[in-house]
Amino acid sequence: MQTTKTKTEPNKVDQRIKLLDITMKRNHYRQDALIEILHKAQSAFGYLEPDILEYIARGLKLPLSRVYGVATFYHLFSLKPSGVHSCVVCMGTACYVKGSDRILTALEKELSIHVGETTSDNQISLMSARCLGACGIAPAIVFDGTVIGKQDPETAIEKVKAIEKSKVIRSKEWI
Amino acid sequence: MDLEELLEIGQQERDRQQQKKTRIRCCTAAGCLSSGAETVKNNLEIAVIEAGLEDSVEVCGVGCLRFCGRGTLVEIDPNGILYEEVLPDQASGIISALSEGDKNREELPRQSDRNHPFFALQMPLVLENSGKINPERIEEYIAVGGYQRLHHVLMEMTSAEVIEEISKSGLRGRGGGGYPTGLKWATVAKMRSPPTPLNKGGVGQKYVICNADEGDPGAFMDRSVLESDPHRILEGMAIAGYAIGANYGYIYVRAEYPLAIKRLEKAIQQAKKYELLGSQIFDSPFDFKIDIRVGAGAFVCGEETALIGSIEGKRGNPRPRPPYPAESGLWGCPTLINNVETFANIVPIIREGSDWYSSIGTETSKGTKVFALTGKVSNTGLIEVPMGTTVRQIVAEMGGGVPDGGKVKAVQTGGPSGGCIPAEFFDTPVDYESLLKLGTMMGSGGAIVMDEETNMVEIARFYMEFCRGESCGKCVPCRAGTVQLYALLSKLLNRQANQSDLEQLEALSYMVKETSLCGLGQSAPNPVLSTLKYFQQEYLDLI
Repeated sequence: MQTTKTKTEPNKVDQRIKLLDITMKRNHYRQDALIEILHKAQSAFGYLEPDILEYIARGLKLPLSRVYGVATFYHLFSLKPSGVHSCVVCMGTACYVKGSDRILTALEKELSIHVGETTSDNQISLMSARCLGACGIAPAIVFDGTVIGKQDPETAIEKVKAIEKSKVIRSKEWI
Repeated sequence: MDLEELLEIGQQERDRQQQKKTRIRCCTAAGCLSSGAETVKNNLEIAVIEAGLEDSVEVCGVGCLRFCGRGTLVEIDPNGILYEEVLPDQASGIISALSEGDKNREELPRQSDRNHPFFALQMPLVLENSGKINPERIEEYIAVGGYQRLHHVLMEMTSAEVIEEISKSGLRGRGGGGYPTGLKWATVAKMRSPPTPLNKGGVGQKYVICNADEGDPGAFMDRSVLESDPHRILEGMAIAGYAIGANYGYIYVRAEYPLAIKRLEKAIQQAKKYELLGSQIFDSPFDFKIDIRVGAGAFVCGEETALIGSIEGKRGNPRPRPPYPAESGLWGCPTLINNVETFANIVPIIREGSDWYSSIGTETSKGTKVFALTGKVSNTGLIEVPMGTTVRQIVAEMGGGVPDGGKVKAVQTGGPSGGCIPAEFFDTPVDYESLLKLGTMMGSGGAIVMDEETNMVEIARFYMEFCRGESCGKCVPCRAGTVQLYALLSKLLNRQANQSDLEQLEALSYMVKETSLCGLGQSAPNPVLSTLKYFQQEYLDLI
């Protein structure tokens, strides 16, 4: 890539950048592969920092505005770093009818953050999802990529406390 | 690959399965997996080895067994016992019950009653293989007759005949709108694509798109079909491609369904390996390739023009129609977009004939419909019923009503675009027209049951919050209207509203409905209007 020597080169030229290069190459630098490449970038870096967006824009020969526009349009792309652990409460209708709003409120209170935020120690990100399609086991919560069904505020808080205690740092994955 | 080879693969697989006397099928769809199905399956395998039954018992992972609220589900062939809520440590009990009968009943998980209306009233057509075959092995799909219809269509039918057959069947789009599928196919087939430098002014490219962006909260039918029987979709898409003259297909799946994506990828790989997708399928001149596109969490991408934008790698902004995608869709080429369930209906129609298919259902709505029955109902899960089944049969008989003896208040269908059916209209047959008359819609098939405790104004606000967040922001009525509607509903719920607010709520709802650009905005006020119509008292009580 000719662009790797520019001023905006991400300072960590590591495996992850290589992975991004490979993904772009595999997609023949096609502009319509932008969403796939952003997915890959997000799973490698955890979030999409401006440098990365610019890097992708150069690679695909797209205006940065277009890359930025796409990255901000879709809910699954995050431009902010997320916590070590993730906790996603499903707010689909089936879960809502069965009380997922109470779970979310309880968790917000327990972690003293609002939905979409990360705790100050950068440990847990609390998010909500539209529908996970796990309606049969509503209300459902995703802890670090594992879907757990039939939750209530008490069991959810227990799980979060367990996460807070554990020191295991797992890779970040969105479900 | 030719027909003989295909039949032989199927025969070999059937022989392989018959070698073992018993086949234990463990549900490995997403619902059961989150209740620990993987461990249950592993433990069953270990227990079989420990009992020394490897030669007569096979444990396999299959797709959805439908009773999703009672996972993990395990079904045993040939005696048809269905165990529910199986825990990993009950595996050895199940295996020993195979030889000793159920004398240690207390160690066994509960058995489902297969004569219960939940199962008895079902008519599996789209879900015929779901829970029976291992979705990760193409051989099992071939063993139940898979890809034979594709061969039949390619060798013995012209594309016009295929379209004629689909038209005569009366199949309508299962994504919610209910547009006649045959008509859509015929329209795309007639279109000439613009000449490009590559095709030198000849017949240009057309595309087939499978819309698997199942965004309606509370609906999971498409996910189950994709996870349980992915090859059926591939075969349906290939038949569609042949009929309209396309040789490229895309499946647009939402990123929230990682398992469906994984199984689709595997299915495409296997089909390519057996040359059932790719160039010159069955040595005919027909080529067909399928690619997966993964969404990134935008509800509006279920709208067809937004979905096309998203496949092109852009923001999912809808555009005004016409031109419809049938004329100018993906990269300006004629494009056929159908929902997962629509494609899943193609194989049975070709196999059994359009006359047979059109004998099922009502005057205007033919065939079956899959519903995801959820909410405050005893039996949650996936059901497939003939069109014309009444709401009461679905909710009271199949669903078993509200757990703990509560009373059903309403059923919400069609997600954020639909409305609710109050209990007094439960004798309405389920078909496209009847539901529209009630002010709701078929939608993709989510049926969420609400009991007396549910506050309908809160539900209306819940959906409005959803639409407010999902509005793409392109047109003003939807972008600003949903925000204002949400504010009015909040004002009501905070008991700060007066009569004029209520009037404004209704007027604004109609305004947003009539002036929005795409389906999202046009249908966003539906939950409000529907609850206003049937549960007006609840609104008045808040003033």
